[in-house]
Parts: sequence; structure tokens; C-alpha cells
Amino acid sequence: MSLGPAEVAKIALLARLAIREQDAPAYARDLSAILELVARMNAADTAGVAPMAHPLDMAQRLRADEVSEPDQRERFQTIAPRVEAGLYLVPKVIE
Amino acid sequence: MEWETVIGLEIHAQLATNSKIFSGASTAYGAQPNTQACAIDLGLPGVLPVLNCEAARMAVIFGLAVDAGIARRSVFARKNYFYPDLPKGYQISQYELPIVHRGQLTIDLEGGATKVIGITRAHLEEDAGKSLHEDFQGSSGIDLNRAGTPLLEIVSEPDLRSAKEAVTYMKKLHQLVVYLGICDGNMQEGSFRCDANVSVRRQGDPKLGTRAEIKNLNSFRFVERAIEFEIERQIELIESGGKVAQETRLYDPDQGETRSMRGKEEANDYRYFPDPDLLPLLIDEAFIATVRDSLPELPDAKKQRFITQYGLSSYDAAVLTTSRALGDYYEATVAALGGEPKLCANWVMGDLSALLNKDNRDIADSPVSPAQLAGLLRRIQDRTISGKIAKDVFEALWAGEGETDAIIERRGLKQITDTSAIEQVIDEVIAANPEQLAQYRAGKDKLFAFFVGQVMKASKGKANPQQVNESLERKLKN
Amino acid sequence: MHDQTIARLSAGLAAGEFSSEELTRVFLDRIERFNPGLNAFITVTEESALAQARAADQRRRRGEAGPLTGVPIAQKDIFCTDGVRTSCGSRMLDRFIAPYNATVVEKLNAAGAVMLGKTNMDEFAMGSSNETSFYGPVRNPWDLDAVPGGSSGGSAAAVAARLTPGATGTDTGGSIRQPAALCGITGIKPTYGRVSRWGMIAYASSLDQGGPMARTAEDCAWLLGTMAGFDPRDSTSADRPVPDYAAALDRPLEGLKIGLPEEYFGEGLDSAVARAVDAAIAEYRTLGAKILEVSLPNSRLAVPAYYVIAPAECSSNLARFDGVRYGHRCEQPKDLLDLYTRSRAEGFGAEVTRRILVGTFALSAGYYDAYYLKAQQIRRLISDDFQRAFEQVDLIAGPTSPTVAFNLGEKTDDPITMYLSDIYTIAVNLAGLPGLSLPVGFVGQRPAGLQLIGNYFAEDRLLNAAHRYQQATDWHARAPVAFA
Repeated sequence: MSLGPAEVAKIALLARLAIREQDAPAYARDLSAILELVARMNAADTAGVAPMAHPLDMAQRLRADEVSEPDQRERFQTIAPRVEAGLYLVPKVIE
Repeated sequence: MEWETVIGLEIHAQLATNSKIFSGASTAYGAQPNTQACAIDLGLPGVLPVLNCEAARMAVIFGLAVDAGIARRSVFARKNYFYPDLPKGYQISQYELPIVHRGQLTIDLEGGATKVIGITRAHLEEDAGKSLHEDFQGSSGIDLNRAGTPLLEIVSEPDLRSAKEAVTYMKKLHQLVVYLGICDGNMQEGSFRCDANVSVRRQGDPKLGTRAEIKNLNSFRFVERAIEFEIERQIELIESGGKVAQETRLYDPDQGETRSMRGKEEANDYRYFPDPDLLPLLIDEAFIATVRDSLPELPDAKKQRFITQYGLSSYDAAVLTTSRALGDYYEATVAALGGEPKLCANWVMGDLSALLNKDNRDIADSPVSPAQLAGLLRRIQDRTISGKIAKDVFEALWAGEGETDAIIERRGLKQITDTSAIEQVIDEVIAANPEQLAQYRAGKDKLFAFFVGQVMKASKGKANPQQVNESLERKLKN
Repeated sequence: MHDQTIARLSAGLAAGEFSSEELTRVFLDRIERFNPGLNAFITVTEESALAQARAADQRRRRGEAGPLTGVPIAQKDIFCTDGVRTSCGSRMLDRFIAPYNATVVEKLNAAGAVMLGKTNMDEFAMGSSNETSFYGPVRNPWDLDAVPGGSSGGSAAAVAARLTPGATGTDTGGSIRQPAALCGITGIKPTYGRVSRWGMIAYASSLDQGGPMARTAEDCAWLLGTMAGFDPRDSTSADRPVPDYAAALDRPLEGLKIGLPEEYFGEGLDSAVARAVDAAIAEYRTLGAKILEVSLPNSRLAVPAYYVIAPAECSSNLARFDGVRYGHRCEQPKDLLDLYTRSRAEGFGAEVTRRILVGTFALSAGYYDAYYLKAQQIRRLISDDFQRAFEQVDLIAGPTSPTVAFNLGEKTDDPITMYLSDIYTIAVNLAGLPGLSLPVGFVGQRPAGLQLIGNYFAEDRLLNAAHRYQQATDWHARAPVAFA
């Protein structure tokens, strides 16, 4: 699998990463090389092998339905780039 | 009819938990912005989710109530997309293995027929926050209080054939989740929302048409109007040689139309994969059995029982089982009175419901208890008061003026059942209306009602109507 | 004082030979003197360190001191530290003051350890040389032209240069073990789920695991005993008691079966490293261990599978860095898309960008099965290989890294060559097993490491085996001349 600059641009948009046009060929080359490395997986016959999502065979633990988190808005918003009236501000969202 | 409509609904019911699905922040509605968004809800670096047991339990309750399969193993997946109200850049949802699958709900159609609507699946997921578009110098404000609120997304089969059917199904589902106590059902607050998948095809065509998804319909009226608009739009489009695009559309209630959201959705590729921060949710037989044992009698079963046990009409039984509290109130009244289920039904559905509506109160905070209502009905039963007087007594009960007997006593409302007292009033009335008496005796039967009215008026409504009838008839003949 | 192990410093504190404040000042002075040349620390928390040290001294006077009370340590800058910048080696979080503590930080604080500062690392733990850090590369104390390894390169270099007696690290594909090997120290990546991930900024959630780095296995045992344990805030945390690792250190090795996977000694392994590893194996034989051959036939698939799973998870984990609630935000975004794409492009370096792109692609429509699902299947095969091997042996041994530390800049232009430096460590993360690296010699002046791999929750056995070796040898006690 080899990717060109146009495909990189598409993936970059999906990942919300602005990639300068002059950098796209280098990323395309690196990504293609990585995918070539990854393609070595194809040597393995994995028919019927159950995918392993977690290293340990454990089940999800459940927590009690209790309100345990106090309001920390002020603290959390001191690290926010832009807030007003307790809200996080972003460029206008167009529906 | 040339066109057939095919509709499937995706309903998001907010689960009535105290805390969020993956964090210990409160889910209470209406707090100051971002005061109920904890580190996990904000998606701070390094935070991790842990599943709220109540959310899982409520999903199982729902599954059992719609006769669905409960997955012994279900998996949480990440749905990846960027949006300001989605703090982590992904929504934790269930994708390939939902907790509830293949259920059904029976709806009543007009004319007494019923129809079974398939429920494809119901899965747990977290809600997003809210974008507020009031102008902050060209910006939107983000409130993440709602982020992480547990949702049950209930997906129907494309079994619905009209906007009306869709609304009937949605109402029935709404009634059920509220009845089960797993959702507060408050549509203004967004606790129960609907996306509708709508397509049309020529009658008899086995292939489904291309569907449009209408997003975020938060009232029954909007669902009906949006679907009707959409059906018409699609038919017109096809008939004029166009093609329906598979797209997401937004309903604009002000214009009464759906509009394409194209452009916003086109680049979406959600890249679902199992959330590595969460493990498979395993639900064992014992858990299911415990939930099953705790299930209340379901509305449909209760309705049937009301019909057979109390001899109610299907309509009355349906009304009285719309909520658990209403059914409980009704049954408590019948039990306190020791019978007369029809009389109880009339009062619960009539005067009680009217006053509840007028005061905008829930049956749970009715100022008149079932025992008090039964006490009132007992006085109708034993003829202490008439049904008409009882309405006044009921209002007095509602206003907190004391118990039935005290009110009757204090207001002197006790029915006159002493025959001689009644006859005395009748004699006075007859004596005062010689002209009408003559006409009546000459054959103008209709005047009987006039005499009844006069007697009731003279007795301030307290004379026992049945006795008045009997005595009047006798006396007028003479 | 600076050349002592944690065990020795703890004893000195207990005996009243010196105070924690004195000890802390010694290390703070060394950091001031040597860090400019090494770049091992991103943030030095001098004031709070001295406050913690004084509190530890008071605690000792009250008779409430534990073994780590008053002992200075360093935290990898991937662990959230309340009120202290937590950068994760990235411009994205250059001004991020964490509003809460990671569980690991809480636990070490509660034990009375003194945090000297936050150590440098590859950006978001993505790298094997510590060259992807926004704060610049870390230098290897043994040879300033060499890399320290990564991603926990700052912690490894700081411990090797005696700027701290111990440090925390995290390991997603070798990020504790490989820098430990390249810097001549001891480091253990515990079983997945052994150490809480709460507050540890996620790279690849199903692979990440925190662990200690120190000069000796004994010190690692003490640190791990404090760091490990069940955490209800982490759904993947293992709910089982933490054994007394220190108590198990001295068990004799007679009869211990150590397996050598043939796949770890083949092509690509530097012959000088191989000789150091062979000598270490011989030492184990002398200590009474039985050496057997084992096979891990799917080993060659580990790196390819890792470079699907880790980027896929990271592409999603790093989506939260969007310039809205914290972290870098670009100037004057013209619209929402611009805010996202520019904030992220400015905030992330090239290697993070590459991995996000690879992961986004691997999960995208039409490719999921061929990449992500396939990688998860291979993960199962690799895990099964290990379980078969553990039917025959107690531990598996081999080189930690195919080479000793390489030169700064040597592999930065070729990501693939860089990736292959983790060829022996990555499979352990895929399986979720515990792995330990200990120093076993030198190639020139650069250290070589031996990797020991155990079965699930066999940390005690790994530490025991490493400790017995260190009782019999002195590689772990050697100090780089310039920092001795």
C-alpha cells in the first residue's frame, strides 16, 4: 500500500491536521514506508484467530451510581485558551 | 395509493441516573454551564472512563420490557469525529455488539388493530455537550454539562409506514421508558429525542428507496410534521425526475421544512474501534434474573388485566395504564372503596385528571389521596350525596378543606332522603306552579323535567334525585 | 550521597545520617549543574521538592516514615502532576498545568517520596531516542553523542547521571526497557493493569504501562511496590494484591528455567551486544538457572502489528487536543476547521503527526479489517507464542535492544530503522506481559541490556532474577565517569 500526497491530504483532513503542501510528499513517503512495514503482517495466516483487544481477559467493572465529582469549573477553566461566562469559546459553529 | 413510505426511528432516551455514564459528575438538568463537567467529561489528558452500573441495569430493564435479547457480552466502541461539543474527539458508544438486540413493541392503530414494530437494537452511549450560538463576538460557547450523560439509543426496524404510525410508536416508547423509570421523558430538556430515517418507494416495489435521516426531532408534533414534509418532498422529487440523496437533514420547525446538512457530514468516517479504556461488559444470567424479578407489571399486561379484572373498556384501561403512578392510584382507589371499578375509573380519568391538568400537577403529588377519593365515592354509593354534589366536595377536598364527611357536614350538603321531607318540597313546588301542572296533566310530559329541576333547586340540590323522581311521578298523576 | 541506591539512601535517612532536605539539595544541585548538558529534565520543581523534603523529615520525626519517605525521585512528564506543568514532551501541552494528580504520583506522594521534577521524553511517548521531544533531545550520560533511548529517555539519563536515584517511566513498546538498556540502568515494565493508568497521558491505551527506573532491581522493587495496585478509576486496572517485591528478591535461582528465544538472537543483533547477553546467560547458569531454547515464531510480526495498533489508538487518544479546553490554540482561527487543523499541526511534531496519520488511515472505512483487525489477530498469535513458551520455562531472556545507543541524529531521517530498534520489546507490550531490562556490560563505553520477560504478574520473579544477578555482578554499579 502506497499513499500519495492527495491521499495524505484526505487523511490529514480526517485527523484535523493542517499539513503544508510542501510537507505532503515527505509524509506520503514515510506513511508508505510504514505501511510497507505493516504489510509484513500479511505473511501470517490469521483465519479463525480471535482478535485480541486487551492483554488481560477481564470484564468491565461497574461503579455505583453516585455523584462524586464536585464543581471545579474555575480550576479547569484557568487552563482554557478562551472562556466567557463559564463557556468554552470556539469560532462560530454553523449548523 | 401509489407511494409507500418506509420509516425507521432512532430514539435517544437519556437514562435517569444520578451520575454520568463514565464519570461521577451529576446529570441534573439546568446547572450553570460547565459546573457539572468533571475532568473525565472534559476529556482532560490522562482521564479514564468507568461504567455506571445503573446505566447498564436500565438498558437491561428496557431490553426485557421489549422482549429483546440481552447480550451476555457487549463492547464499547469509539466513534471518532471532531466537534466542539465532543470533548474527547470521539463518542463512547456501542457498535458491533450492543447490549440489547432484537426486541419488539406493539402499537395500537386506529380502528382497534395492532401492529408489531421491530426493535433492531438498543445500545448505551454518552451524550455530547451543547453549543450555544448566542453571539460572543462571532464565537459559539460550549457547555459540557450534558457531555457524558447516559443515553440509550433505541433503533427500530423500518416497519413504520406513515408519520402517524411513527408518532404512535414514539409515544408508546416514551410512555414505556417513563413507566419503567429509566427516563424522565422530558422532551423540552432533551431527555427523549428522535432521528427519523425516511424513504419512499412505489407500492409493491420490494427494494427500499434511498433514505434521508432527519436529525434531532424533540417533540411528537415535529416528528409528524417533519416526516410528512419529507415524504412529500421525496415524492415530488422523484416524480419530477430527481433522485433522493442519502443525507442528513435538519428539521426547521419555524419554516416547517427539512433542510440538507450536506457538507457537514460528507467527510465523516467515524473509524469505530473497540474502546481500549473499557473492557467487555459481561452480563450473566443471575443479573438478568434479578432485573427481571424487579420489573414492574408492564403497561400492556396491566391494560389486559384492568379489562378482565375490573371490566373496564379497552380505552379506559389504556388511559389508566399510561403511567405506573396513575394505574397505582386507580387500583388503590378501587381497593379502598372495595369495588365499583367503573365509578373509580370515571373519577380518576374525569375530575381528578382534570384538576391535575389544570394545576399542572403530577398524579404523585395529587392533594387528594386514593383513600380520600374512595371516601368521597363511598358517600355517593351510600347516597349521602349525589354525584353532582360530589363534584363540589371533591373540589373542597382538593383545596384541603378537610375530609369528605366533615365537608358534607360543614356545608350541609347531606342528601335529603327523608321521603316526607322530599314530598313536602314537592307539594310546595306543585302548589306554586298550577299552570305547568295543568299542562302536564293535559299531556305535556316534557314538563316533568321542569318539576324535577324546581324540586332540586328548592332543596339546594340535596334531594335524592331518584326519590324525587318517584314521588313526583306519583304526585303529578293525582 | 548521589551515588547511593534508594535502598542505601532509605537506610541513611532512617539512621539519621542525613535529612531528606540535605539529600534533596544534593540532587537539586546536581540537576542544576548537569542538566543543561543532558537535558534530562523539562521542569525542575525545586521549591515544592524542598517543601516535600521538609515534610518528609517531619514525618520521620513523628515516627511515620516508610521506606520511600524523603527519597528523591523524578516523574516522567507524562504523569499529570497537580499544579505543575505536564507537557508530555509536546508543544501542545507546553503551558498545560495539570489540575489533578496521576494515581502513580498520588501513591508516591503518599509514601513521602520527594519529586525533584519532570523528566524529558519523546513527544507523547512516541519515539525510541528521545529526539522527538519539543524540548530537544536528551543526551546519554555515557556518551554525550549518543541518544539515551526513548521514550523515557529523560528518566533513564537522569538516573544514569545520578541526578535522581529513581524515576518513573512508561512503556508502550519498550519505552522503559530500551532507554534503561541504553543508559545502563534497571527498569521494569509491569504486567498490563498492574500500575494504574489514571493521569498517565495515553499514547496507546491497550499497551501503555507505567513502571519504575532505577539503578538496581532492588530499588525498582521498592518503587514498584508503591506504584502498583488496584485503582477503581482505571477500568483496566487489575484487582489483585501487590506482593512484597522486596521480600522476594533473595530467593535462590536454583532450578529457575530461563528460555532463550531463537528469534531474539538472529539477524540484526549486534554481535558485541550478543556477547554481553551470552555472558549474562552464562552467569545465570552459574547462579543455578537452567537454560533452555524456546521459540516465539511470530516475533517478526510484532513490529508490524504494533505500528497498526499503537497509531490507531493514538489517533483517537490524541483527538482531544483540539485547542478548545486546554493546550495549544492557534492565533486568530478563521473558523472551526482552521482552529482544529492549525492548533493541532502547530502543537504536534512530525513523529506524532506521522503516527496519527497512520492510525487514522488504518481505522478508516474499507481498511479496518485489513489493518486493525488483522493486527489484533496477530496480537493473539504473539500472546499465544508466549504462553506456549511459559509452559516450558519460568522466564524468557534475550537482548533488550539489538544495538547499544546510537548517535544523535543517526536514525531521525528514517522512521523504519528507528522503529526496528524496539524489535525485542514490542511483543511484550502486545501480550501485556511484564519485562525488565538490566545492565549486563558495555560495547565500547555504551551499555548493553538484558531483557527478562515473565508471565503475567510475575514481577516478583523478574525482580528476584535481576537482583540475584546484580548481587553477583557490578555492571549496575558502574557510573559514567563525567557524572560519577
